[in-house]
Amino acid sequence: MTAQAAAAMDDYNFAYLDEQTKRMIRRAILKGLAVPGYQVPFASREMPMPYGWGTGGVQVSAAVMTPDDTIKVIDQGADDTTNAVSIRKFFERTADIDVTERTSEATIIQTRHRIPEELLNEDQILVYQVPIPEPMRFIEPRETETRKMHALEEYGLMHVRLYENIAKHGAITTAYAYPVKVEDRYVMDPSPIPKFDNPKLESEAIQIFGAGREQRIYAVPPYTKVVSLDFDDYPFDPSKANHPCALCGSVTSYLDEVIVDDKGGRMFVCSDTDYCASRIRRQEQAA
Amino acid sequence: MYVAVKGGERAIDNAHTWLAEERRGDISVEELSIAQIREQLALAVARVMAEGSLFDPDLAALAIKQARGDMIEAVFLIRAFRTTLPRFGASEPIDTGAMTCDRRISATFKDVPGGQVLGPTFDYTHRLIDFTLAATGELPPEAQAGEPRTEPTPHVTEFLDREGLIQTEEDDTKTPRDLTREPLDFPADRPLRLQAIARGDEGFILSMAYSTQRGYGRNHPFVGELRVGQVAIEMDIPELGFAIDIGEVTITECETVNQFMGSKSEPPQFTRGYGLVFGHCERKAISMALVDRALRWEELGEDNVGAPAQDVEFVLSHADNVQATGFLEHIKLPHYVDFQSELELIRKLRAEAETAKAEEDASPFQEAAE
Repeated sequence: MTAQAAAAMDDYNFAYLDEQTKRMIRRAILKGLAVPGYQVPFASREMPMPYGWGTGGVQVSAAVMTPDDTIKVIDQGADDTTNAVSIRKFFERTADIDVTERTSEATIIQTRHRIPEELLNEDQILVYQVPIPEPMRFIEPRETETRKMHALEEYGLMHVRLYENIAKHGAITTAYAYPVKVEDRYVMDPSPIPKFDNPKLESEAIQIFGAGREQRIYAVPPYTKVVSLDFDDYPFDPSKANHPCALCGSVTSYLDEVIVDDKGGRMFVCSDTDYCASRIRRQEQAA
Repeated sequence: MYVAVKGGERAIDNAHTWLAEERRGDISVEELSIAQIREQLALAVARVMAEGSLFDPDLAALAIKQARGDMIEAVFLIRAFRTTLPRFGASEPIDTGAMTCDRRISATFKDVPGGQVLGPTFDYTHRLIDFTLAATGELPPEAQAGEPRTEPTPHVTEFLDREGLIQTEEDDTKTPRDLTREPLDFPADRPLRLQAIARGDEGFILSMAYSTQRGYGRNHPFVGELRVGQVAIEMDIPELGFAIDIGEVTITECETVNQFMGSKSEPPQFTRGYGLVFGHCERKAISMALVDRALRWEELGEDNVGAPAQDVEFVLSHADNVQATGFLEHIKLPHYVDFQSELELIRKLRAEAETAKAEEDASPFQEAAE
């Protein structure tokens, strides 16, 4: 960071947002935790990064952050993807807090599209970036309607959609952002994580979802029941690529497919870069 | 090779340095000053102030410079700055009747008290490229100044109002909701709708307005009045106990006069659409008035013909170009993980379909027998 940039950031409050705004966001978070899975409207601010690029997650992280925190930022499971780098830098610059790539060392993990492979604990907060918080948005485009449906717990349409999938394709064709029911009440969009990650939504950590452009915050408190929607005869299937990781050999982690040449060659590697790197480190130590 | 797929800190830094270089362009060409942009690209500055919801010509000019002339990017810079500003309080409502008009026209009356003032307008210019502007140094001839009006210029709709020919707007004295401090919520009342449209994208509002003219929620607008000028901003200072002038802003205001056939409770009368924007932005002010009028169908007891411009939720949810462009452009971000899950699924579905087809092909007679 240049001296000029550092000086410019002195004009801003800790973690960029002013305290009034943080209080407003914290109130929304507390309400979200009190009513798991319910989308709490909040007066999302314009952030210095574009809507759709994690402004909801950034606002949530900024509101829960203290100077003693250590933050990890991942996008697609990786710490070194461009937007993760950009957001991590933002907090280094505006909050001057410690950053890490190690899942176990982080107290706040901001994520886009993945839940870390390593199980989280009670001292951690997982903050999701959410593009479209409404699980029924693509069935019913009107917010006024979907809010009514949530209020009346009217989720028949959602099941009809899944049923139509099966009737047409023989399987539920939602592969990511797979809808869940939280604590037997609200149907919730877990953000576009692969359905492989859904079982990890039942966690010891606090999970907070921030949708900046859509002005919504929702949350899943620790040890909350989270069930992926399915049918008795078509149970939920958290599938993944049927390969081991080409780098660390893990057969249980979620894999990215990388095209390695123009002749159809490809390899599969862990999408969670920290998980993969830790395994390789351990293997090297053991050898 | 694997790492190359992922981005990197260095790549971002280099990209930003390159961007700064591109912004400056050929260094043998003189650099643009903020004052040049403010004075010579004044309409661009006005648009950035209007959609950025912040009246500060110098800052808007700087944003345009930094954004390399990308207007939405400039609006975004202004918005992100604006949201960090502390709020001391709210000004008194502006009195547009008392504004100093640079331009003021009515399309409904040939002449009106206060007069038709053409002002600085592109209207009636022939759109021929003026090559003399490419040659440098020549000052334009000085415009002849008339005597500026000192007395207030009355609104044209007031004359119709006096006869009861136009619907009266009631001031409900409620403090309007603030779009920038509360989440957008439906149903949205008129003050909230007007706020959203005022900062909405000029192109979007224009197209919505145009669609009503072409029959999608037609509402027969006449430009009752369009005025551009400077209006004083007054703010009540608690320590003083009265309001004082704290400055002035340039605004464009448009009131349309629209047909209305009357209803069971109302005799036939005209209705209004209203547009108000920062700076000199006529297209936006007129568009705003048309869209405002279209969104009033319910309150005026008109039919909802299902036109996009009548749909409050549709218009308000999609008018903001900073939101729209952010979400649109976010699809440039990596989506490997979601795409991978779709890849797995489609391979699986195809494999199942092929197996099913192979089984079917293998037993051609069975189907006939059934």
